[in-house]
Amino acid sequence: MRLLSFKGGIHPEDGKELTKGEKIVRTAAGDKLYYSLSQHIGAPSVPIVSKGDHVLRGQMIARANGNVSAFVHASVSGTVEGIEKMRMPSGNMADCIVVDNDHEMREVQFQADKLEEMTRDEILKRIKNAGVVGMGGAGFPTHVKLSPPNPDKIDSILVNAAECEPYLTGDYQRMTEEPEKIMTGLLAVLKLFPGARGYLCIEDNKKDCITAMEPLCRDHNIEIKCLRTKYPQGAERVLISTVTGRKINSKMLPADALCIVDNVETMVAIGEAVINGKPLMDRTITVTGDAVKNPKNLSVPIGILHREAADAAGGFSKAPQKIISGGPMMGNALISLDVPVTKTSSGLLAFSEDVVSESEPSACMNCGRCVEDCPGRILPTRLADFADRGDKESFLKYHGMECCECGCCSYICPAKRHLTQSIRSMRKILLDEQKKGQVKVK
Amino acid sequence: MSELLHVSSSPHIRSGMKTQTIMFMVLIALLPASVMGIYLFGIPALTVILISVGTSVLTEFLYESLMHKPVTISDGSAMVTGLLLALCLPASVPWWLVIIGDVFAILVVKQLFGGIGQNFMNPALAARCFLLISFSSRMTDFTISKWTSNKIVDSISSSTPVSSSTPVSSATPLGSITPGGEYDLLSMFLGKTNGTIGETSALLLLLGGIFLAVFKIIDYIIPLTYIGSFAILYLLSSGFDFSPTAAEVCSGGLILGAVFMATDYTTRPITKKGQFFYGLILGLMTWIFRKFGAAPEGVSYAIIVSNLLVPVIERLTLPSGFGLKKERSWKN
Repeated sequence: MRLLSFKGGIHPEDGKELTKGEKIVRTAAGDKLYYSLSQHIGAPSVPIVSKGDHVLRGQMIARANGNVSAFVHASVSGTVEGIEKMRMPSGNMADCIVVDNDHEMREVQFQADKLEEMTRDEILKRIKNAGVVGMGGAGFPTHVKLSPPNPDKIDSILVNAAECEPYLTGDYQRMTEEPEKIMTGLLAVLKLFPGARGYLCIEDNKKDCITAMEPLCRDHNIEIKCLRTKYPQGAERVLISTVTGRKINSKMLPADALCIVDNVETMVAIGEAVINGKPLMDRTITVTGDAVKNPKNLSVPIGILHREAADAAGGFSKAPQKIISGGPMMGNALISLDVPVTKTSSGLLAFSEDVVSESEPSACMNCGRCVEDCPGRILPTRLADFADRGDKESFLKYHGMECCECGCCSYICPAKRHLTQSIRSMRKILLDEQKKGQVKVK
Repeated sequence: MSELLHVSSSPHIRSGMKTQTIMFMVLIALLPASVMGIYLFGIPALTVILISVGTSVLTEFLYESLMHKPVTISDGSAMVTGLLLALCLPASVPWWLVIIGDVFAILVVKQLFGGIGQNFMNPALAARCFLLISFSSRMTDFTISKWTSNKIVDSISSSTPVSSSTPVSSATPLGSITPGGEYDLLSMFLGKTNGTIGETSALLLLLGGIFLAVFKIIDYIIPLTYIGSFAILYLLSSGFDFSPTAAEVCSGGLILGAVFMATDYTTRPITKKGQFFYGLILGLMTWIFRKFGAAPEGVSYAIIVSNLLVPVIERLTLPSGFGLKKERSWKN
């Protein structure tokens, strides 16, 4: 099979061997679960339960607020304790519905149905009601993504199975253990877009997944695309360009390139929602890193604390210095482990050493490695300079807003400069100003 | 878990490559040519190299200490500058001249503009040009010693070695290339010729360059376009006279400059497209300086003049940004 690739990118040490082949283990929830109202991009959900209410597993506890928002469901049965402000993996504070787990796991009656008998609107409604969001990290509500303005023109449905983040193996395990679940989700999406072809985009370090998925694709309009292992192959815009040759900029959506992209975990959630009528209640999370005693892939109820996920992997064998929610390239460092797992938490990494704080940034010598490896074809070192000096005009002129914050520049920099961080800060400032209408972004 | 967790912005992993690693790789790549220089020119060459490297490092250390700045001598960049300057000096230069050159390179060209990454000219070459202008007779004194005389060939009249027991004044091979002449190209390629300490052996310099390119310390674009465009221009202007063209490429500082100095990170364009044009401009300038200039050599001037054009080249070759180009290959 021909290997597809892209220009730029890096080859970080992948660390996947720690958990590759570790079967996904179901983890029981603790006594209290915290359901954030902001697990997605868009307006926070609105709670529809109040203190003292008894809820069942799968029961809706918060409704979407507006078009770009998502429903939230309980993942255990128990009593609502109230609403509490909690710190999220991103570092922000968010309102969480606290549910006291009764450990009975009584479920609501899920409405299973056949895909053949469903209409387009029905499928979308089921996905919306299940509270499915992009589970790779962005948290974009899936029903919105699946309702592009140009549905008839969509010709490619990409399953993002690149899993290019080092250390994470959740998608890998899903594909080898339950390939049919991914297929169910993909078939549901393909039913929404009858003119489209499905593509399973898998990096070539996951040959087992290709073997597992291949037989299932045969009778359908689905093709496996083998991609060269390179970070950030799974970045949405990079993936679309690699597979279809269409390049979109940061202002465009995949639908502008006639594509729909969803990652493995999201596809599973779509399948569960459409066929089994099950809302999004659990997700796989890879608990790994050199400080973790028994690195594992877990299936955890959404709303448990990261501490409980770490305990499920045997706790720590060494004192961790740095704990990350997500992958090492784009994940967020956690202040404490008492942060709830959300729909977008793909990993929990614990490292006994923090290479970032150990390396002192020095002066840029203009080596150009960041430029060479930047998949966004921009000049990270210049942009970081503009950002540090607060030169917004030059930042915009040098296409600073096109940065996808993949982190390649910071990773590769021999002077150990925090390029991504500088650029990210400036982007955030400019996006905020743009929202307020102060600066027009070209 | 009593200690606080570390929190920082992503990414949370870093590659193993450091500024230091890069500088020491460059030093290793320069080693064969330096050893060749010492072999050819003996103790004086070794002395020049040691004084030059030592002065560079000391200058950087003193300046940064006195200015209460973080001392950066451990990054190896001052050593590289010192060695490069030594390699483009004749072995006959007096010790004080080497010191003046290094102080100029490190203090004036590098540190006064803000240290590593901030200089707009290659420090070693700027210093060489400064010395060339200020002390031109000493800088072009290629007298050969007894030690040297039986190791080099006189490339003017092909392969007869310089036959003299007493030191004689001899021109560098570059100064004696004339149209229609025949040259001992093999000796010139191997480096058995007169010249500055490090410029003689094209072979060893190219080996160093290949070493750097293999380990991705430098890119092949600049050396290739530089040497290539110079060779083509010279070939065309000499009426396709192959022998002098090859002699011009192998002699003088062209290969040393193209591989180690034109590729200097700080003073070359950061974009690949820019590097391509930069190489072409260097080739053109070197050709002009060598063909029409008063002195036989033109590499140093070509590089430092082109250094001044780098900001413009960079501005004209800004990368377009992913997906920002207007043309689309699909119908929306």
